[in-house]
Amino acid sequence: MQAWQKLLLVAALATIIVVAGTLVYFNYFSKRRLFISTTTSLYDTGLLDVIEADYEATHNVDLQITAVGTGVAIQQAQNGDADIVLVHSPSVEKTFLEGGYGVNRKIIAYNFFTIVGPADDPAQIYGKTAAEALFNIVQYGENMPDQSGATQIWVSRGDNSGTNSKEKSLWTAAGYNYTELSDEVWFASTGQGMGATLTVADQKGAYTLSDIGTYLKYYSDGNIDLVSLILEEQALLNVYSVMAVSPDVSANQSLHENINFEDAMNFIEYLISDSTQELITNYGKDTYGQSLFTGAVQQLIADEPQPLMRWVQDYAFFDGSECPPQYRNGYEDLYS
Amino acid sequence: MADILADTAEALQLIITGDPEILGIVSRSLLFSGTAVILAILWGTPLAMLIAMNEFRGKTLIKTFLNTLIGLPTVVLGLILFLIFSKGGPLGFLGLLYTPAAIMLGQAVLITPILVSIGVSAIESVDPEIMSLSRTLGASESQAQVAVLKEAASGIVLSDLASFNRAIGELGVVLLVGGNIGGGGNRTDVITTAISRNVQISEFGLAIALGILLVLILFTINMIVAVLRKANYIVELAKPPFSRFKRNRETKQ
Repeated sequence: MQAWQKLLLVAALATIIVVAGTLVYFNYFSKRRLFISTTTSLYDTGLLDVIEADYEATHNVDLQITAVGTGVAIQQAQNGDADIVLVHSPSVEKTFLEGGYGVNRKIIAYNFFTIVGPADDPAQIYGKTAAEALFNIVQYGENMPDQSGATQIWVSRGDNSGTNSKEKSLWTAAGYNYTELSDEVWFASTGQGMGATLTVADQKGAYTLSDIGTYLKYYSDGNIDLVSLILEEQALLNVYSVMAVSPDVSANQSLHENINFEDAMNFIEYLISDSTQELITNYGKDTYGQSLFTGAVQQLIADEPQPLMRWVQDYAFFDGSECPPQYRNGYEDLYS
Repeated sequence: MADILADTAEALQLIITGDPEILGIVSRSLLFSGTAVILAILWGTPLAMLIAMNEFRGKTLIKTFLNTLIGLPTVVLGLILFLIFSKGGPLGFLGLLYTPAAIMLGQAVLITPILVSIGVSAIESVDPEIMSLSRTLGASESQAQVAVLKEAASGIVLSDLASFNRAIGELGVVLLVGGNIGGGGNRTDVITTAISRNVQISEFGLAIALGILLVLILFTINMIVAVLRKANYIVELAKPPFSRFKRNRETKQ
């Protein structure tokens, strides 16, 4: 074969691959797209993969999921980059609703935060309350021999995520100022998601705050050796909600022409359906020995178990409702 | 929506007022990548000399391999280094992961192919006559090698600067083995990781400021390269060929 023939062959092959790839690409995107910005924990645990597969199997919708942390998810939604947000920071959610960006909030699941750390527990926080544990960690950090900055014993998300804002409120409750603490030599922050932060804490032999779901997933998969050291308490409650982005928010032209409100609401109805709630509660039970998340919808209706449901209401309800009437846009049956 | 004008104005203000956060990030970038280049020079330059000054089987293979490695995605190298440095990995006992040392080492490994590859070309482009001539003029083997190295100096400096460019602008290695660690201890957040992070949390002003500074750094380096090339060209024209060796010989006598 002559050189030019080879060249022609290669060129032809390359063209076929590119054209085929483009066709596949366009076929794939011929579905309607629903942009979801989510907290990293739902994604890092693999739960959203399961939900995505289940939902896409029965709907002609392509879920476009970006896992970014609550603060960024809310930001993206305000920018018109998302149709729906899955988040876990009630105070941030309230501001989002009040700003008119989000509507039709539903609480979908809950679990607990925990402080995880090395098994030898140098700061001796085992079995303590969160406030006591944080106090011990500060004491240990201030008194440990290495003050050069090479040893860091606390790893913070530092990314305005739901976990990060929970961490800040726990520090405040323990009597500390998060901003001041973050300048201490023993204090590190990653600016990354829960999974990456757990990995950093594990490698450094440091403590961090994590939702129990992501922690169990990483621990059971053998990615980290950190152990969960403190017990469940009201202050550590973690509540996940879904909100549709208001159709009045102007969509970012670079992503999509209009907020896909209809599919967003359809997805919310899917999330709170009995079968999806069961899927959420059972997710990972076999693999990890316990549920990573507990579906909240039926439990809130039944107001059982207590005191858990009272805690959820105290923490994540606004004016006695998961979504006061002024933040609703149709779909009243969601709240009956 | 991000307001580009307002964010850019904020960025310029941050730069002009010498925001300490930005200064810290930029100086870490310069320090880490600078050290990485020095490390890479330590093992890269001898390697380049070894490859360029000897004829052996598989030389073309090695050179092709090096050229391939130049294009290695940084995130792939980041992954490999992560596995090596992490607790269960072969070098895990050193406790290097997520430390400044890991970044410097990682970037040094990253730029070694580019440093060696350009270095080899520079040395090979030196007239082979110089080697034999300096020998005939009484130079020992190592002196002759130094003579060749001197002739190739501008090319070698070029390879060092290109390596620095590659190091300071990469994200994959620095994020995966550095971890973008902020806080009060030893920090590993550098320009590229800080840009990525600040875009994510919508701090566009800070991100733009860092972007401007990174481009300025790269521009400065490229200016230095350009000036060096030009200056070297003039020097080459100005000096009579091989004058240095003759002078050496004269002083010896």
